[in-house]
Amino acid sequence: MSKAQVLLRWIDERFPLTALWKSQLSEYYAPKNFNFWYYFGSLALVVLVIQIVSGIFLTMNYKPDAEHAFQSVEYIMRDVEGGWLIRYIHSTGASMFFIVVYLHMFRGLIYGSYRKPRELLWLFGVLIYLCMMAEAFFGYLLPWGQMSYWGAQVIVNLFGAIPFVGEDLAVWIRGDYVVSDATLNRFFAFHVIAIPLVLLALVVVHLIALHEVGSNNPDGIEIKKKIDPVSGHPLDGIPFHPYYTIKDMVGVVVFLAVFSFIVFFTPEMGGYFLEYNNFFTANPLQTPPHIAPVWYFTPYYAMLRAVPAFLHTQFWGVLVMGAAVLIFFFLPWLDRSPVKSIRYKGPYFKIALALFVVSFLVLGWLGTQPTDFLGNVGKTEVAVILARVFTLVYFLFFLLMPWYSRIDKTKPEPQRVTG
Amino acid sequence: MAEAAVDSGKRRFLLAASGVGGGVAVVAAAVPFFASMLPSARARAAGAPVEADISKVELGMMIRSEWRGQPIFVVHRTPEMLEYIKRMDGRVADPNSEASVQPEYAKNEYRSRTPEYLVLIGICTHLGCSPIGKLQPGMESGLGAAWLGGFFCPCHGSKFDLAGRVLKDVPAPTNLKVPPYKFLSDARLLIGDDKGA
Repeated sequence: MSKAQVLLRWIDERFPLTALWKSQLSEYYAPKNFNFWYYFGSLALVVLVIQIVSGIFLTMNYKPDAEHAFQSVEYIMRDVEGGWLIRYIHSTGASMFFIVVYLHMFRGLIYGSYRKPRELLWLFGVLIYLCMMAEAFFGYLLPWGQMSYWGAQVIVNLFGAIPFVGEDLAVWIRGDYVVSDATLNRFFAFHVIAIPLVLLALVVVHLIALHEVGSNNPDGIEIKKKIDPVSGHPLDGIPFHPYYTIKDMVGVVVFLAVFSFIVFFTPEMGGYFLEYNNFFTANPLQTPPHIAPVWYFTPYYAMLRAVPAFLHTQFWGVLVMGAAVLIFFFLPWLDRSPVKSIRYKGPYFKIALALFVVSFLVLGWLGTQPTDFLGNVGKTEVAVILARVFTLVYFLFFLLMPWYSRIDKTKPEPQRVTG
Repeated sequence: MAEAAVDSGKRRFLLAASGVGGGVAVVAAAVPFFASMLPSARARAAGAPVEADISKVELGMMIRSEWRGQPIFVVHRTPEMLEYIKRMDGRVADPNSEASVQPEYAKNEYRSRTPEYLVLIGICTHLGCSPIGKLQPGMESGLGAAWLGGFFCPCHGSKFDLAGRVLKDVPAPTNLKVPPYKFLSDARLLIGDDKGA
């Protein structure tokens, strides 16, 4: 036995290293027909690591203090060796995280990855998405620019709209009567330690659930139903390592190329990744003429703006916005189709999904614009009418799903995966 | 002793009792942490009243002040502006400020102690942006020919008249808040305190 093998045995007698390696990678059988859409799970992990590492180095020079925060970011950008690079990696990573996760969620939608037995896997995923939103929101205040300040002011006031307890709740979240130094300091604590800890724990739970039930695949059929009687492994399964580690590495290389291009050539992405108003230091007395959240929140922001006040409260808009996110939790029980994958689903589902994607994109676009940018029809702004229509479509995708997924004309699923 | 049957009722009781006891302890331990997130003594003390010099505010103009970190608008209204407010009665959602927040002395049509001076907290009742003063009526305000002057919130398009009353069919639910205030003299306004006025 070589020295390395001796060492490995020494470890294995004390910690199940080889057993873990086998059960999670080299003998974890994944369907052999993974396609392009299956890159985004591993890419999300890569971005998570990028964010944690770049974030650690940013905290070494950043000061969570209303007097110094904006200047410390400028300091990182101008005076810290390579500080600009680390900050642009972190800011680009935030947007790329959402791009990757939105595509990952879309994969789940088209192949029915949320269906039995993967309901909990999906729920943990939605919780991760919620955590990411919280993480992005808390992090966005830290540069203490105009958008940071007024974005936080608006979002915290969303909680103020909750009947009876809202005002007190908003004061408690801010730690002051307006967004202030106290708010910045606690958002820093949430951003760098509280939420990341929860996020990491959820990622682990998500992976445990995945490896328990096994990956879905583009055909939406269970590879565990056809087991090779000799080896005991799924006939349509291949070990994750080396097959998919190699495949994912290709994805990572392409992804990092795109990522680097953005970091080095267009880190602001035309105002979508880093908003121009955030290059002005926060001024609590002056709202910028047009405020919008970063692009990944704009679909929900457009919904918020689309709902008018009613009975002297604007709680309804907040309610609609919250429901738009939370409705993802119910997806596993809304889909009544006999098949999982879009390959075997009928026209109703395909049309519904297409409308849903269009409404998400249109709402996202509307949310980046002022409400009056398309002019008025009578007294109502065209953009608001559009936002109302697409908000309705967004919700109907979910609410009508039990009905259209049941009556849809599906095709029979194959016995084995089709490649 | 080894043969004694397990008393599962007793076991369940002990489990439940220690669970409840532990739960109470966790909640009690969490209280100081939650309390630490409330505004600190320093933040509460920063709510002290501030003075504003209004002698330089010309007719039809507005100044901004700051109280508790919030923008305060002071508008010196012309008789024409007061006339516009009357004409807005049918277009505002809460003309008599029934559902809005203001001291008793500002719960009137002009929402102020004296008609000529309007004092408002410049924070939109929708989601807390600071509205822009669009005091001039008509097209040049950028808000259409029917605009009679007031405030416009750039974030979500809420509109308020020259008394801070919210227009119908905008996201903001109530009128702009009026802070407590009193006049110390013709030239001096105290914001944040109205005792003895």
